[in-house]
Amino acid sequence: METVAHKRPNYVAIWGYLFVLTVIEVAAALMSHIPKHWLILILLFLAIWKALLVAMYFMHLRFERWRLRVVFMVPLPLAAILVLATITEKIW
Amino acid sequence: MPHATATADLMRPPFPAEPGAGVYSSKLGMWVFLASDVMFFTALIGTYIILRFGVTEPWAQPGAVLNVPLTAFNTFLLICSSVSMVKAYAAIADGKKYFLRAVPGKTLRDGGLKFWLLVTMICGAAFVGVQVVEYIKLVGHGFTPTGYREGSLLAEHAAANAVRYGAATGGLYGSTFFSMTGFHGFHVTCGVISMTYLYVTKVLPEKYSAQDYRGIEVIGLYWHFVDLVWIILFTIVYLI
Repeated sequence: METVAHKRPNYVAIWGYLFVLTVIEVAAALMSHIPKHWLILILLFLAIWKALLVAMYFMHLRFERWRLRVVFMVPLPLAAILVLATITEKIW
Repeated sequence: MPHATATADLMRPPFPAEPGAGVYSSKLGMWVFLASDVMFFTALIGTYIILRFGVTEPWAQPGAVLNVPLTAFNTFLLICSSVSMVKAYAAIADGKKYFLRAVPGKTLRDGGLKFWLLVTMICGAAFVGVQVVEYIKLVGHGFTPTGYREGSLLAEHAAANAVRYGAATGGLYGSTFFSMTGFHGFHVTCGVISMTYLYVTKVLPEKYSAQDYRGIEVIGLYWHFVDLVWIILFTIVYLI
C-alpha cells in the first residue's frame, strides 16, 4: 500500500474563510431583501460550507483514511431520514 | 501491485494504530461518540425544524427576540477557539511544549502548546459566559422556556405585533431555543472543564511530546465538533 504525504493546511486561512462566511451570513440574514425561500437556501448552503471546512481541515477528515470517514458519515443519512420522514408524516 | 513507500506524513501522528480503522483506540472511540452525538443533535434540530415549519401561525422573526450581533460575536469567539485548538495540536506535533518563545528576527513570539490551549480555554469560557448573559437578559425581558412571560416586556411587544414576535408560537420557540442552545452550552462547558483538567495534569507538567499527544488530538476533535454544531445551530436558530 502506498502512503501519500500530507502537508498541514493553512489554519489561519481557514479561520479567515470561516470569519468571512459568517459575516456574509449575518449580513444576508439581517440586511438583505432576498426572498425568504432563497435566503433559507443560501444560509443553509453557507452553514454547510463552514461545517465542511471545520470537519475537513480542523478535524483533519480530509487526511484520514476512508474507513474512519465512514464512521462519521454513517449517521448523516440516518439524520436526514429521521427529519424527512417526520416532516413527510406532517405533510401527508 | 504498488510497493510500500515510507513518507513522513504530518497529518498522521506517530502512534500505534489499532487494526481495522487504522487509528488508535481513544481516537476511534471519540469518533464513534461524535457520530452518536450527531444523532443527538439531529433529534433536537429535527424537532425544531418540524415544529417550526409544521405550525401554521407565524414564528418570531430573526432579531425580534434574540440578540443576533451578540451571538455573532459569540460565534466568532468559538471559531477563534477552534483555530487556537488546532494550533495547539500543530504546536505539540512539532514538539513545542512551551508557552511563548522569542524567534530571532521576528517581533511576534512563537506560541507553543501551553499558549494555544490556554487561548482555547479562555475563548470557550468566554463563549459560555456570553451565553449566560444572553440567557439572563432573555429571561429578564420575558422570554422563557415556556414562552413569553405574562406582563413582561416581550409579552407586550408580542401583543402589539403578533407576527413579528410570533405571539401564538412563543411556547414552542422558547422550549426549542433553550433545549438546543442549552445542550450545546453544556457540551462547551464539558469541553472547557476537560481542557482545564488536561492543562493542569498533562500540559503544565509537560507530559505530552511530539511522540505522544493523543489527548490533545482527541479533545481537539471534540472541540471542533462543538464548533461545527454551533455553526449549524447559529444559522438555523438565529438567522432563519
